[in-house]
Amino acid sequence: MSKKTKSFLDKTIREIPLYIMLLPAIIFVSIYSYGSMVGIVVAFQKFVPTKGLFGSEWIGFANFKNLFTMPSIWEVIRNTIVISLGKMVGGIIVPVVFALLLNEIKNLGIKRAVQTIVYIPNFLSWVILAGLFVDILSPSTGIVNQVIEKLGMQPVYFLGDKTVYPITMVITEIWKGFGFGSVIYLAALTGIDPSLYESAQIDGAGRWKQTLHITMPGIMTTIVLMTVLSMANILNGGFDQIYNTYSPAVYQTGDILDTFVYRLGIQNAQFAMSTAAGLFKSVVSFVFIIVSYYLADRVAGYKIY
Amino acid sequence: MNKRRKIKISASRQAFVAINAAVLTATALICLLPFVNLLATSFSDKMPVIAREVTFYPIGFNTAAYEFILQSNAFVTALWVSVKRTFLGVLINLVLIILTAYPLSKSDSEFRARKYFSWFFVLTILFQAGMIPTYLIVRYTGLMNTIWSLILPGALPVFSMLVVMNYMRSLPQELLEAAFIDGADHYKTLFWVVLPVSTPTIATVALFSLVGHWNSWFDGMIYMNTVDKYPLQSYLHTVVINPEAFFRNATNMSDALKRYLEMVNSRTTNAAQLFLGMIPILAVYPFLQKYFTTGLVLGSVKG
Repeated sequence: MSKKTKSFLDKTIREIPLYIMLLPAIIFVSIYSYGSMVGIVVAFQKFVPTKGLFGSEWIGFANFKNLFTMPSIWEVIRNTIVISLGKMVGGIIVPVVFALLLNEIKNLGIKRAVQTIVYIPNFLSWVILAGLFVDILSPSTGIVNQVIEKLGMQPVYFLGDKTVYPITMVITEIWKGFGFGSVIYLAALTGIDPSLYESAQIDGAGRWKQTLHITMPGIMTTIVLMTVLSMANILNGGFDQIYNTYSPAVYQTGDILDTFVYRLGIQNAQFAMSTAAGLFKSVVSFVFIIVSYYLADRVAGYKIY
Repeated sequence: MNKRRKIKISASRQAFVAINAAVLTATALICLLPFVNLLATSFSDKMPVIAREVTFYPIGFNTAAYEFILQSNAFVTALWVSVKRTFLGVLINLVLIILTAYPLSKSDSEFRARKYFSWFFVLTILFQAGMIPTYLIVRYTGLMNTIWSLILPGALPVFSMLVVMNYMRSLPQELLEAAFIDGADHYKTLFWVVLPVSTPTIATVALFSLVGHWNSWFDGMIYMNTVDKYPLQSYLHTVVINPEAFFRNATNMSDALKRYLEMVNSRTTNAAQLFLGMIPILAVYPFLQKYFTTGLVLGSVKG
């Protein structure tokens, strides 16, 4: 045996335990992640579940053709983009403003108390929060409409009016996430060199100018990074939230790709059409994810691994 | 002149501080008051609730709604499914995260195939097959209607694994080399050297998994055929959103339970159920706040 072969063998033997460690994860990921990628073939079949993944008749792109001639699909795509864009914009602005304001609080006790309260909703499921919002936003019994009526206005059908519904979705999503979303900006704010503020004060810059010329540039990279990363979610309107709060009355403005895929596939057992719709989403999302990670790496050196 | 200007600034500063305090207090209240209202409802008598008198404190304080819920078999069964699912799920997640993160944290020369395996796992977060293909695979692998359908499809949370991997990679290499010189193999190094120093990161991802498993509801709904196998969040989805169904079931209950119906209505019991569903999250909340924050910062400065 040559020296080279021997060292190759030695190295491989030393690597064996590493392969063994990876084995369980490889098995599960192969079956459930890659297996379901194989399951995408269903989108190109006249799928009959009992015939297995490869037993049904192949019909090319007919499912996609049918899907995109459905009148509701364009509405659904529009709803998805409108709602997710609203969440994206609000999901950047509100946490940034909140972090800036919180950063001005010098009393640590108060700061912690506020943080403790506003982070809570982030950790609760949309099932729980939907239950909460259905209760407090109810036009007849909810406390929010009670306040609105006390102010002399008409009750608002937050979850039942198709004009208001998408706005409710954007606001409640921001309500859930802004507190925790601000953590990353607060971390960026503490990273700003305090001597910058000192020299700005000596130069006569007021608070507002300091914020504009030191604080904002200091957290700009983080803001850009979070904006770029949120782009990856352009087709995620928020299934958990919407599925738990919507009703046929608001389908016209509230039905998103994921809820549409669910109703088509699981409720109506239109597996093939539903898979086609899901695949459309996956492919578009894939492009957006790649672009957003690429940009995140370019602008902020962010790497997922 | 100079003096006047200074006073003016400090006056506007004072105004800012006051307004800022007011805005932040209002923000905190907007987050808190919905829960206070719900909690007050859950402890109130049904009459003031129907009359819309309950605001932020209970009226006709009683615990009937909670007693009623906790005596219902369906709720307790669902709670037990959730506990089991969360325990098994977090355990399996952690084992796979650790076993996967360690080899992938090695350098390319120590583990030549590292790059290929990394991409193998990362690709699954970049491209997801979607709801129906995953559903079909769960069906074809015979997991339908078993607790494993809630655990095995997500057995390896890739993002958490990457967080742990990045942490392991940042450990001082001398530590690992010293272990190898002392004759430890990969298993011993992982177990006795790497794991003990990785506890904060592992705690972080354990909490990620715990919250994830506890809060999951959709998988339970589509993979379980009967409501008695639903985890709590799927169960809560079914009854909170459809209170009519809840009362249809309630008519089949014993006389002892029926007297609760005079004190509770769907709003008070829903409120009580929602709070019971939150308890585990609120119980670990202090840890969440501590570890999630470090985890998030960890995740953002890697690379």
